[in-house]
Amino acid sequence: MKISWSEYDPGDAWDELLSAPGLPRPHARKLTNYLASLTPARLSRRQQAAERAIVEMGITFTVYSEGQNIDRAWPFDIIPRVVAASEWRHIETGLKQRLTALNMFIDDIYNEQRILAAKRFPREVIETSGNFLRECMGARPAHGVWAHVCGSDLVRDADGTVYVLEDNLRVPSGVSYMLENRIVTKQVFPELFAHSRILPVDNYASMLFDTLASLSPRPLDHPEVVVLTPGIYNSAYFEHAYLAQAMGAELVEGGDLVVGDDNCVYMRTIAGLERVDVVYRRVNDTFLDPEVFRHDSMLGVPGLMRAWRAGNVAIANAPGAGVADDKLVYAYVPDIIRFYLDEDAILPNVPTRACIDDDDRRYVLDHLPELVVKPVNESGGYGMLIGPAASQKEIDRFASLVKRDPRNYVAQPVLNLSTAPTLVRGRLEPRHLDLRPFSLQGERSAVTAGGLTRVALVKGSLVVNSSQGGGSKDTWVVETGED
Amino acid sequence: MLSRVAERMYWGARYLERAENTARLVRVYDAALLDLPDEAGVGWPLLVDICGVRELFNARHPKGGDRETLRFLISDPDSPSSITASLGQARENFRTTRDQCPTEAWRSVNELYLYGRKTLPKATSPRRRHEVLSEIVQRTQQLTGLLSGTMSHGDAYNFIRLGRNLERADMTTRIIDIAAATLLGARTKENGLDNTLWMAVLKSLSGYQMYRQYVRRRIRDEDVIRFLLHDPLFPRAVAHCLEDLETSMLKLPNHEIPLRAVLRLQRIVATQLPQGVEEAALRKLMDDLQLELADVHRQLSTAWFLPDQAA
Repeated sequence: MKISWSEYDPGDAWDELLSAPGLPRPHARKLTNYLASLTPARLSRRQQAAERAIVEMGITFTVYSEGQNIDRAWPFDIIPRVVAASEWRHIETGLKQRLTALNMFIDDIYNEQRILAAKRFPREVIETSGNFLRECMGARPAHGVWAHVCGSDLVRDADGTVYVLEDNLRVPSGVSYMLENRIVTKQVFPELFAHSRILPVDNYASMLFDTLASLSPRPLDHPEVVVLTPGIYNSAYFEHAYLAQAMGAELVEGGDLVVGDDNCVYMRTIAGLERVDVVYRRVNDTFLDPEVFRHDSMLGVPGLMRAWRAGNVAIANAPGAGVADDKLVYAYVPDIIRFYLDEDAILPNVPTRACIDDDDRRYVLDHLPELVVKPVNESGGYGMLIGPAASQKEIDRFASLVKRDPRNYVAQPVLNLSTAPTLVRGRLEPRHLDLRPFSLQGERSAVTAGGLTRVALVKGSLVVNSSQGGGSKDTWVVETGED
Repeated sequence: MLSRVAERMYWGARYLERAENTARLVRVYDAALLDLPDEAGVGWPLLVDICGVRELFNARHPKGGDRETLRFLISDPDSPSSITASLGQARENFRTTRDQCPTEAWRSVNELYLYGRKTLPKATSPRRRHEVLSEIVQRTQQLTGLLSGTMSHGDAYNFIRLGRNLERADMTTRIIDIAAATLLGARTKENGLDNTLWMAVLKSLSGYQMYRQYVRRRIRDEDVIRFLLHDPLFPRAVAHCLEDLETSMLKLPNHEIPLRAVLRLQRIVATQLPQGVEEAALRKLMDDLQLELADVHRQLSTAWFLPDQAA
């Protein structure tokens, strides 16, 4: 028996591959036809082959629980998510616009503060932001760019609109899984790659290297770029090592770097001290430099901020860039784009109510059971209230949290995230997903073709985080030749 | 290459070698003890002296005892000189430099550690001891072969060689040291005893057959000592370890100062063998060699692991 698409029913959600049971979308037709030629048993064998490849390639992510680090195999679904190239071009333009504006905003906030003077952005929001670093005032990183790597979370609602849900500007992760997913998928469905025009993603490491190299304070052909990791116990260590290897950069820990009396950064090597030009750091702001921030940090490099302020080393993302990565600042991004670029946002925000605003707060407190309430400074899906799924007790708890600390909460309507067919016990069933493309900005900008699709493997669940039962899929941006 | 990574490679290899040598030592000592009359006065506690951890041991086990000694050297995870602890340290060093080694190597180290943690406690019982310790020796040997056969012989591998050979040379001097202390003393009491014991010494280093090919006459203490110190071909002889250290160092940058320490040590080994094997002189020589080896360690640490201090 072959796979039958007429039995596949996405329900109320927008499905990425089918517009209705048995009716594939044009850009997904090659894939759905191909899958329909397979039996469930053959499909399951391909899934097993993919899982073996993942174990052999050593793709893991680390879960911290019960005081022990456990490396788990990366949960992966072999059915790709397909995006039409024509739609992707629109999204890509929107992402570049957004990152350009956000970088202008960060540079402005740490320098002239024109947007505050023009009263187009509330000063209070900056002054109370935990991500605003006074130590960065007056700094002028190369090309006026602070956030060099951005991982945006995109979601599609039931009517097909793609929203930006979050701008991750601090130390976004996941790109290595995007790259590995593609490698695995090529092994699983080689036939499809031969007969479709799927845009490549494997140039990411060289794009990242070029972006980082363009920040070097020394005009060298081969600037010394290093990846700074908190170490093996960090959940994204696999990715740090992966990217360092792919770029041919050293993977360093705080203790490997030292700042000299000349305010330059050096790494300790067996051939002596070697000057470092660019630090691609995967360590949070407050751990970067114990001289300036957390004095107890063992992960950072004493004097790093001095060297950065003196212009002797580039740090990506720049310290303080997180000021624009705050769910409260997020609510103002359309205004930010209008102020700096005099354009409307190409990609819409999810309508967001900031509890710091009296009217918004009143509305939120009256409608908690219908809303998603998020703390402004958390990531990974922690500390959220999903109204429709919450008990009365949880709703009461959030009501008092919001009243006690309104600055810390925003609320959004519940989106019915789009779905795509996912292999569940030999059958294809709809599962909800999001998309994290990675945007780069240095001397030039670039966006990955597609990104990391995260999928909630539990039926009906909207939580896609890998730490909470999510998996991932390869993402294909496909030229259909129809446009 | 980063100093930190080099240092972890070096220590990873040292701890691996230490685990292997301790297993060899206990295994062969065990066999030798069975052949010895009680009056020889040779027992398990002497191993504590070989490993140079008498103070630590006395602090933990003031009353001593055979069982305590064996646990202390084999399976006690809280005793820094146990095989279990060495395997744990080796694992930690290779774990934090996983991306530098072939994947199989990390996997084998990890499996070896898990095997040791589970099985080594059984080695305190005489029935299982030989089997478990032999397995440890065999697996560490496999790992050494795996690294040599699958890892590029670049800087990282040279640090592994440095760690392995320094540890190996150190252990060989300790074995000669203890033999000198106990066996030469015992010789005066009973003739024929030394033959058994020197055979045990050679076997502990897998050197018995190699020795027989090298010295074609009955086993004599002087010949054994000369073989273990001077033989340029036997991999566990001090001279061979030093030559290997020299070769590895020459391939690394900034090698002048640590290399000088190795060359000085080679001169001492070549020239200072006491004639006629006298116990006190031999022990003094081994102590000197151990101090010199510690100095090689110090010099190479400064040159390669602490570049800000070397500059």
